[in-house]
Amino acid sequence: MAAIDFESELRRAGARATGSWGKLAFLARRHLLGAVGLAIMALFVLTALFADLIGRYDPLTVDAAHALARPSWQHWMGTDSFGRDVWSRIIHGSRISLAVGLGSTALGATFGVIIGLASGYLSGWVDLVFQRVTDILQALPLLVLALVMTAALGPSLPNVIIAIAIPLVPIVARVIRANTLALREQPFVEAAKSIGMSEMRIALRHVLPNTLAPLIVLATAQLGSTILTEASLSFLGLGIPEPYPSWGRMLSESAAEYVRVAPWLVIFPGIAISLAVFGTNLFGDALRDILDPRQRG
Amino acid sequence: MSDQRPLLEVSDLIKHYPVRAGVLRRAVGTVHAVDGVSFSLARGETLGLVGESGCGKSTVARSVLRLVEPTSGQIRIDGTDISGLSKAALRPFRRSMQIVFQDPFASLNPRMTAGDIVGEPLAVHGLATGKEKQERVAKLFQQVGLRPDHMRNYPHQFSGGQRQRICIARALALQPRLIVCDEPVSALDVSIQAQVINLLIDLQRDHGFSYLFIAHDLAVVSHISHRVAVMYLGRIVEIADKAELFQNPRHPYTQALLASVPLANPKMKRLTPLVDGDVPSPVNPPSGCAFHTHCRYAMDRCKVERPALREAAAGHQVACLLNEGTGRTLALP
Repeated sequence: MAAIDFESELRRAGARATGSWGKLAFLARRHLLGAVGLAIMALFVLTALFADLIGRYDPLTVDAAHALARPSWQHWMGTDSFGRDVWSRIIHGSRISLAVGLGSTALGATFGVIIGLASGYLSGWVDLVFQRVTDILQALPLLVLALVMTAALGPSLPNVIIAIAIPLVPIVARVIRANTLALREQPFVEAAKSIGMSEMRIALRHVLPNTLAPLIVLATAQLGSTILTEASLSFLGLGIPEPYPSWGRMLSESAAEYVRVAPWLVIFPGIAISLAVFGTNLFGDALRDILDPRQRG
Repeated sequence: MSDQRPLLEVSDLIKHYPVRAGVLRRAVGTVHAVDGVSFSLARGETLGLVGESGCGKSTVARSVLRLVEPTSGQIRIDGTDISGLSKAALRPFRRSMQIVFQDPFASLNPRMTAGDIVGEPLAVHGLATGKEKQERVAKLFQQVGLRPDHMRNYPHQFSGGQRQRICIARALALQPRLIVCDEPVSALDVSIQAQVINLLIDLQRDHGFSYLFIAHDLAVVSHISHRVAVMYLGRIVEIADKAELFQNPRHPYTQALLASVPLANPKMKRLTPLVDGDVPSPVNPPSGCAFHTHCRYAMDRCKVERPALREAAAGHQVACLLNEGTGRTLALP
């Protein structure tokens, strides 16, 4: 059963706290790495929200006089070949990573849930068609698929989000379908039928809420990989178009030419990507442990 | 029981499941889960349905409620055949029949509060909303022996017996005339079983609804039922008033079933078990009388001729060739 007994999990773990903050503090102590991940994610979100305050320069202003400056008190992370401040660009780049990460995960999850729920609940030919389509989608590597999509749609932020969301759909649909299949046989679903509830209402009220825990776990786990995919796409020149500061593009435009003379152009965006992915993965793992103990590896 | 017409009439109910195999999922066989079951249930009556696991009891229960679609046969509620009704046409009939399941842990949505679960039928049928709904749910909680302040709790905060009470309250919400109980106490501790059974009996006395009570525990069935039907491999082999059936079982299978009941007194002489070995598979049930492979009285006729349920005495029906025409009746050895 997919249902997660959150309260009894807490009690089993020995939590005595009663308030929600107390419970949160307890969980943070128990899942220290998860708390670190959450802190990194919070930092990441705050950076994106207050980028204008934290970034000290405009990320798009070109200043040829100070091109390829070393990290200094003036430019904490140096400047790139156009003299743009790397710190500001990384700070503003977090907005793009966050938008792509959240946007594509939300989009992919939404369609994945709809397809998974319909597929698992209705079964029959609906299931057959959806499953074969997801089979085909899954046979293609995520990055290649996203590459083809952006190449076809043209590089822009919404297109990148769509391109990254599409490969997510079958992954989410599979998990939701499997859960739905198991839930459909539960007596409480049969009880709902005997009450006279419509199939639609049963699916939304009894099946969907019970698939949320695995969905949240999956979405968090995928958040890191979507950020990484965006970076990879931009690195390959198909992501966010110039001159917007995407971390992946910052890497790609500097890697080949300047890695020897200006390594800060590679190191700092690299750290930013790794940190963001690391944070979401740590948090996702902890979330899985808390919400979905059966998946514990 | 003033109205003479039965509340529920099931005739020739058949439910076959295809056995699929291979890449093309071709049907290679058929599970004869329910193979021609007929019975009727009067108002305010409890019919116990007993038999071993896999004999089709639960399939009968689910077919009556149309939770599984019967392959053929009629299910009449108050004279209306509901077996062919569309989902929309069936909806008003849903109000008159409810079910209580065996597993009280899986029967309640873990994400809903007990109050919401019990109130849901009222909301679905638009019978009550808001404060009125809350009041009716509170009353239902009291009726099943729960405190109204339990309404805010989630299923996992209750014990097995309490959960089964929630299930009963949910079934009561629509004021049904028939409640199908599919092994409602088998998952509970013995001490709790008695409480829940007594609750069911009290509720029936107060509301006058009928029970189709499915169980494999003969002691439980004998306590709650007015009449008892015995099933074997998808067929009813004997049906009679409780006292008659327990004192004067006529079908060899019923006799074997009664002989296998554990006795509370170890000094009492045990009846020799009459059946050993496994029950034949419902995929390939024996020809003729399904019980002939285990029957100590089996004759050649039993292998070819399928006995119909026949009245052997007043209100006592048996499906056994030994009771037909020969004038011979079986007594317990």
